[in-house]
Amino acid sequence: MNHLRKCYVTALCWVGMLHGNFALGATTDPIADLRQEVQELRRAYEARIDALEARIAVAELAATRARTSASEAVEIAEDTAIATTAGSAAANVFNPAIGVVLVARAADIDRRWETIPGFIPSGELGPGKSGFSLGESEVNLKANIDDLFFGNVTLALQDEDGETEIALEEAWFETTGLPAGITVRAGRQFSGLGYLNSFHRHTDDFIDRPLPYQAFLGGQYIADGAQVRWVAPTDLFLEFGAELDWGSGFPASGSDDVSPGAWSLFAHVGGDVGANHAWQAGVSYLSADVQDRGVEDEPGAAPAFTGDSDLIAFDFVWKWAPLGNPTRTNFKLQGEYFRREEKGVFDGIKVDNDQSGWYLQSVWQFMPSWRVGYRHDRAATTNGSIFTGTLLEDADDSPHRDSLMLDWSHSDFSRFRLQYVYDQVLPKSDSQLLLQYIMSVGAHGGHRF
Amino acid sequence: MKRLVAAFMLSLLSAQVDALEVFACEPEWGALVTELAGEHAEITVALTAFQDPHRLQARPSLIASTRRADLVVCTGAELEIGWLPLLLRRSGNPNIRAGTPGYFLAADYVRKLEVPTRLDRSQGDIHPQGNPHVHLSPHNITRIARKLTERLAELDPKNAAVYKMRLDDFVERWQGAIDTWEVRAQQLKGLAIVPHHRSFSYLAHWLGLDVIATVEAKPGIPPSGAHLSSLLEKLNNYPPVAVVRTPYANEKPTTWLAERLDKPQLVLPYTIGGHEDATNLFALFEVTLTLLEGLRP
Repeated sequence: MNHLRKCYVTALCWVGMLHGNFALGATTDPIADLRQEVQELRRAYEARIDALEARIAVAELAATRARTSASEAVEIAEDTAIATTAGSAAANVFNPAIGVVLVARAADIDRRWETIPGFIPSGELGPGKSGFSLGESEVNLKANIDDLFFGNVTLALQDEDGETEIALEEAWFETTGLPAGITVRAGRQFSGLGYLNSFHRHTDDFIDRPLPYQAFLGGQYIADGAQVRWVAPTDLFLEFGAELDWGSGFPASGSDDVSPGAWSLFAHVGGDVGANHAWQAGVSYLSADVQDRGVEDEPGAAPAFTGDSDLIAFDFVWKWAPLGNPTRTNFKLQGEYFRREEKGVFDGIKVDNDQSGWYLQSVWQFMPSWRVGYRHDRAATTNGSIFTGTLLEDADDSPHRDSLMLDWSHSDFSRFRLQYVYDQVLPKSDSQLLLQYIMSVGAHGGHRF
Repeated sequence: MKRLVAAFMLSLLSAQVDALEVFACEPEWGALVTELAGEHAEITVALTAFQDPHRLQARPSLIASTRRADLVVCTGAELEIGWLPLLLRRSGNPNIRAGTPGYFLAADYVRKLEVPTRLDRSQGDIHPQGNPHVHLSPHNITRIARKLTERLAELDPKNAAVYKMRLDDFVERWQGAIDTWEVRAQQLKGLAIVPHHRSFSYLAHWLGLDVIATVEAKPGIPPSGAHLSSLLEKLNNYPPVAVVRTPYANEKPTTWLAERLDKPQLVLPYTIGGHEDATNLFALFEVTLTLLEGLRP
């Protein structure tokens, strides 16, 4: 033990001596001494800082791990929550989208007409009867059939003199999986001709269809057959379509042989101009091989037409909304021009008729819920003097009307409309007042352009 | 004609080779695709911040855009029910049908608020799946970004690594931004606001704002004079700090109410482009927070 202590003492002496030497040196250079001390201090601090940094890194790693696993846990929990709330196992989940539209009107009409002077009557024409009448109440069902097809059915329920009629307005399927922008549709369908034709009537801006639609298409051209549409992959909207109509309805009434009674072609082009404007224009052609087309419900009694009917139609629509937002105000200008040539035999007389018609209408939403509109529609014939005194006698002044409408919509689903018509279809004018309601129940309808 | 057809085919091919053609319904999803795909996506955005996403029409230019799209990125939860299904059907484009990889609905991947317990249109134009304005919670953006990246990688596998890298970079920056926003949000807790429509529910939920009423009595139905008067009466007792609306909402009822309450009317950007500084997702939240901070007493 003593020996050991000695050793320590010796060692201390050595250290002391060394230190003394060093101190001797320091007296000669005190700055070097200070520098030495500072360096040692720094070394000590650096070591401590390194140790602290290492601890921080470990802590950070732990924190990130904790955060990652926490966010993963949240992720998993959210996924589970979404999955459990998303699914429904009820038996009716595959039911199609059902939309019901209730339409009715009250009217004050003095001079009712069912034919337009100069035109061979077809379809359901005219302003209808005075008083209250339930219009067509519509039931629409639609859904994807499978991964390739989409189906759509519209039934129209109509009360005709106390008897309820069910009409199959639309019944078609179309492809959803064809490549390159091609869609094929087959069944009973609203033809893609013109602008207004492919719309359901309850989406119209006026209570009745414009005169050219009534004169040339019986209100609406519904084709039984097939349609092919192609949308071009261009910046500008370009759509081309062709249809074959095997049906025995208007305009190819009675042509029930194997070959299609009518075919049509149509093209639409459209786009935007700046943020405020959008437009669409189109041209359509309809060719029909007509067999005995006459007044409906009176077979044999009325004279009928047999021959070729060729219709060409031009349409355009322009819409304005400030910054493209129609919520508060918006404006729509729309017009169509129809021209038809009919060559054949009418009531035993050889005919070559040239007929034309057009309408121009504008609708302005001046504040939310409220819209006002004006429409002028006209249809004219040049059948010639040989028809004087018959159904096809040309009118002195071509039949025309001026209509004003005001409508109020509480929501997307309800609308009330007041319409005033100054009707000059017949030689004597008539002032008509109509009130209509349109109520939509069920599936949300589409906002078509 | 032949040459024209050839040109169409060529333009179709070149579009597919160069970049993914993305059709985004709302500007926020356009911005998110920009963050995640950069130059690998050619983006068309249907709406601007000044257009009501509920009320858009399927106009021809949009049909033309969907016709060329490889991927449709929309909100879903029936926000676009009035026009998106129509666009998809009219476009004749099989790549973006519902259920295909080219059809991405952001709201499918987040938990919805305000899921109605009673489905009836007497409650207004309600969305059965819940409030669809999901993008105003930045945490939802993170979740959607992850799912959208998976989708981009599925559609464009050769760039999958790029999308993953961009996602990691985005999420890191985004989480950093969220951290600073959430510090600032402490000061906004309990701020009482009256929005025009339930467009800011996710924002309010995230920031802890107190939505004490909406200007609309029922969603999607313009407020009537009677409703506004009764609302004013109620709010007089418990006034909000501001009446808040989106850039697309009708300013008349909100202006009326704000004037009567003698409180400011605040137009929050709602989406990209709704404020001149809200040029991307980061700026959208930055501007929104700054505007809300201006309301603090």
